[in-house]
Amino acid sequence: MKEELAPGRSGLKMKEFPIWEKGRKGRSGFSIPKQDVEKAPLDKGLQAGSLNLPDICELEVVRHYTRLSQWNFGVDTGMYPLGSCTMKYNPKTNEKQAVLPGFAGAHPLLEPGLCQGILQIMYELEEFLAEITGLDSVTLQPAAGAQGEYAGLRIIYSYHQKQNSPRKKLLIPDTAHGTNPASAAMCGYEPVMVKSGDKGFLSAQKVAGLMDEDTAGIMITNPNTLGLFEEDILEVAGAVHSKGGLVYCDGANMNAIMGIVDMAKTGVDVLHLNLHKTFSAPHGGGGPGSGPVCVKKDLEPFLPVPRIVKEKDGAYRLSEDLPDSIGKLHAFHGNFGVMVKAYCYILSMGHLLKKASQLAVLNANYLQKSLKGILHLPYDRPCMHECVFTDKIQEMFKVTTLDIAKRLIDYGFHPPTIYFPLVVHGAMMMEPTETETKENIDSFVHAVREIAREAEENPEILRAAPIRTRVRRLDEATAARHPVLTGDIVNK
Amino acid sequence: MKKVDELNLPDDLQYTQSHEWARSEGEKLKVGLTDYAQDQMGEVVFVELPSPGESFRQKEVFSTVESVKAVAEVYMPVGGKIALVNESLRDDPEMVNRDPYGQGWLVEIEPDEPSQVQDMFDSAGYRKMVRGG
Amino acid sequence: MRYLSHTPEDIKEMLKVAGRNSLEELFAKIPEDCLRKEDLVLPEPLTEWELDNHLEALARKNSDSASVNSFLGAGSYDHYRPAALSYLLQRSELTTAYTPYQPEMSQGTLQAMFEYQTLISALLGMEVSNASMYDGASALVEALFMALRISRKKNKVAVSRLIHPGYRDVIRTYFGPTPFEMIELPYLEDGSTDISALEGYEDLAAVAVQSPNFFGCLEDLAAFKETAAGKEALLIVSFTEPLAYGLFKNPGSQGADIVAGEGQSLGIPQSFGGPGLGVFCTHKKYIRKMPGRLVGRTTDKYGETGYVLTLATREQHIRREKATSNICSNQGLCATMAAMYLAFAGGSGLQELAALNRDKCEYLKREIEKAGFFIPFSRPGFNEFVVDFSPDFGQRYTGLLEAGIIPGLDLGTFYPELADHYLLSVTETKSRSDMDALVKEVSL
Repeated sequence: MKEELAPGRSGLKMKEFPIWEKGRKGRSGFSIPKQDVEKAPLDKGLQAGSLNLPDICELEVVRHYTRLSQWNFGVDTGMYPLGSCTMKYNPKTNEKQAVLPGFAGAHPLLEPGLCQGILQIMYELEEFLAEITGLDSVTLQPAAGAQGEYAGLRIIYSYHQKQNSPRKKLLIPDTAHGTNPASAAMCGYEPVMVKSGDKGFLSAQKVAGLMDEDTAGIMITNPNTLGLFEEDILEVAGAVHSKGGLVYCDGANMNAIMGIVDMAKTGVDVLHLNLHKTFSAPHGGGGPGSGPVCVKKDLEPFLPVPRIVKEKDGAYRLSEDLPDSIGKLHAFHGNFGVMVKAYCYILSMGHLLKKASQLAVLNANYLQKSLKGILHLPYDRPCMHECVFTDKIQEMFKVTTLDIAKRLIDYGFHPPTIYFPLVVHGAMMMEPTETETKENIDSFVHAVREIAREAEENPEILRAAPIRTRVRRLDEATAARHPVLTGDIVNK
Repeated sequence: MKKVDELNLPDDLQYTQSHEWARSEGEKLKVGLTDYAQDQMGEVVFVELPSPGESFRQKEVFSTVESVKAVAEVYMPVGGKIALVNESLRDDPEMVNRDPYGQGWLVEIEPDEPSQVQDMFDSAGYRKMVRGG
Repeated sequence: MRYLSHTPEDIKEMLKVAGRNSLEELFAKIPEDCLRKEDLVLPEPLTEWELDNHLEALARKNSDSASVNSFLGAGSYDHYRPAALSYLLQRSELTTAYTPYQPEMSQGTLQAMFEYQTLISALLGMEVSNASMYDGASALVEALFMALRISRKKNKVAVSRLIHPGYRDVIRTYFGPTPFEMIELPYLEDGSTDISALEGYEDLAAVAVQSPNFFGCLEDLAAFKETAAGKEALLIVSFTEPLAYGLFKNPGSQGADIVAGEGQSLGIPQSFGGPGLGVFCTHKKYIRKMPGRLVGRTTDKYGETGYVLTLATREQHIRREKATSNICSNQGLCATMAAMYLAFAGGSGLQELAALNRDKCEYLKREIEKAGFFIPFSRPGFNEFVVDFSPDFGQRYTGLLEAGIIPGLDLGTFYPELADHYLLSVTETKSRSDMDALVKEVSL
């Protein structure tokens, strides 16, 4: 039997070709409903020729995706300490609720009387998120964190327009996620970079020095991407507010401070959350996410429409009556399916959300202390929910952060976020989340210790890693030089 | 990555703070990225080149060079007109890595102000600048 | 709490390693004035079983497409989804992964994305696709931005008034802070966009039309291409019902430069409008101008085929404010659903299914006409059409709802000139008797 025809290559590492290499014209994996009406004649000039899509029977499609899934690593497979991504456990009951026919089968243009259950969920989720952040009003419309950022900045833009004080610039720390400057640019702002201080957080003095009346405000991430709380946040916010600017907070790291910090008290005017991070919805290998935006009362008039309103009689309806609204960001109401999961999570956790944050921070500090000395810790301070290490110690063996990350795969762990934040050379950003047990963290620490030893004794094994995966390190340079983005069935 | 002492910095070239090199070839100036720049970038995968005939001021961006995970803007060492671009980089961008001072050159410039060449470092000066951070 | 594992002993041991005396002390660096003084005011935590009861009760308060005889479409369609598709989506290796930053342990996601890019490109007749955008609206906005980027100097685009009203609203939001301007093209009596309205505009970066359009009618894309090309503008084709291309000529074969629409019809639940699937395709020559993630094929050093995220230098995490878009998380799992759906249906199945949608739609059109109502737009369509139910349909509408029938979408809200006009969608899920029931009720 030829190797390429064999179903298994080594043990259970199944070989699986692209799906269009399966099937044969005339097969089908779909139950076509009965033809209970006459066939309607059709003008040949409008008609497509035959479609260049494969015909495959049901079993073969099922096997195909089952095999692909076996090449993947998810939170359900093992510890996934990907910094800033909050890869906590995704509860299974949430998945079950989100696909109930009353939710999954609901049309987005149902009139309110026919979707009261859905509107109630959205209304209550808005209230829960307002309570958790300390802010006043919430929109659930943004489909992901980056769209939440855009929405938040767009609100700030409209606010300044309304004040007859349009502004051109926006302050963004050098530790920010790339989405921050990109969102600012889409909103027409010129990003002005703020260097973070020696201690890893912003200096109020620096911010005050950059802030002027042509600057719309600042976009901070708190806790920041070094895993540190912005200790001067009150002074930073004061400096921004004194010039008429607003404070935007990227809430990607909210998992550290639920029930502990009141974001309104920190001076934040607008904040986005990631339901697929903090609120346990799965990330789906890329999305869908959901990026609600929370604002202070005076920014409520600018929120996207429609708004969900609760009437005196307890009925919910949708209102477009918001003349200063920034408009719509989504064809309908955002990613409702993701909202259901976050709603279920909050209902299951209640006040225990605070405990979740405490344990997330405990796990990160435990990890930080356990790895200190094995890896270089550039900011040796108590951290929040994540900690950042570098490859400085391993540098002398010509071993890099990338090598360490790839070797972790061989040990059965997802690597941390690497080479981010940009201000830390060779960064490894680790976020264990609260849902990992002490034993899992110990086991991860053990793996890193082993890898550090290998770096000294046998660095070649790190440079060759991963060696236990179906494919080895892939040639990304050729992929970018000569891009192949579609398979052979596409006419090029 | 290379240590500063390992960098190949030929003595017959001029260097800029933004890591371009330039070589006088008659009236024209051939320009590329230094060994340091290509080493920092990693494997170059794409080079966006200007069109011959376009004019740029000194220190203006005239090209971008991309590796898998980085983008670098390339600046005019002197003001002038683009006389020629290295077309072979479209198919072989890795020349920037393999032969930065030879086949990996980017453009040929007709300088407006030849005296601007004096704003550049010599090899020793550039090495010192890189070492300094 | 079953999601939290820490026993008091765990906490004690871990605090000791962290050098702290209590959980509260972990937060000692946070300024006092930033702290909450009161506990979170949230409902008492529900048990799994209480949650079941609560959510089931809420779910029952909604009229889902299976429990009422609904003719609502307008950008969200009720199609059958194979059980095998829902079953495969429970493969948690795919659902609980993050964006595939580490390709060696994400080959499942990456190959699935590459296959999605391929299958959707083949369906739409385009050369390349990205790995998805949020929804049809955001895909269209990004397409307009891309066309403006390509044109460099121009700042105007023409957008058909028969593009989904929600999509046009989203364009307005995004154009707000920019120097860009959107011109709306009116529609003709036959239900298609007035191409002659482009006359006089010579500075357009793009012309955008939807086909089938919001009234369910096919646009003459080839004619739009010719006019757009004459003005050196790109043709952007939007859509809300990709199943139409199982039967009708796709946008690529008629000259589309960018195709940007909504892929919900391809196996994704309606879910009150999201998550859906923003589809984005274009020509290969524009790949470096594209927004969003791209998966490319390559090999490892032993020659084994594998897949990676590629051309990332376009994206926000590298190019920051100069990125082609701010998008990070997309709708990856929905793209996987669409690819699975296309695989189950197959080329032949999709064609058959699309024909059935149209046959049923044509049946209802005829029956409604027989019942004495006017079908105002004569252009050929797919599985949606407009009916003039005037006069005073509003009153009878309530009666229909009571009979468990939703007779489509009232267009008056979106097109004031079309009061009492309804947009009706008919997919393969509608039986002849469902349609007969509607005709009977509206004729009363």
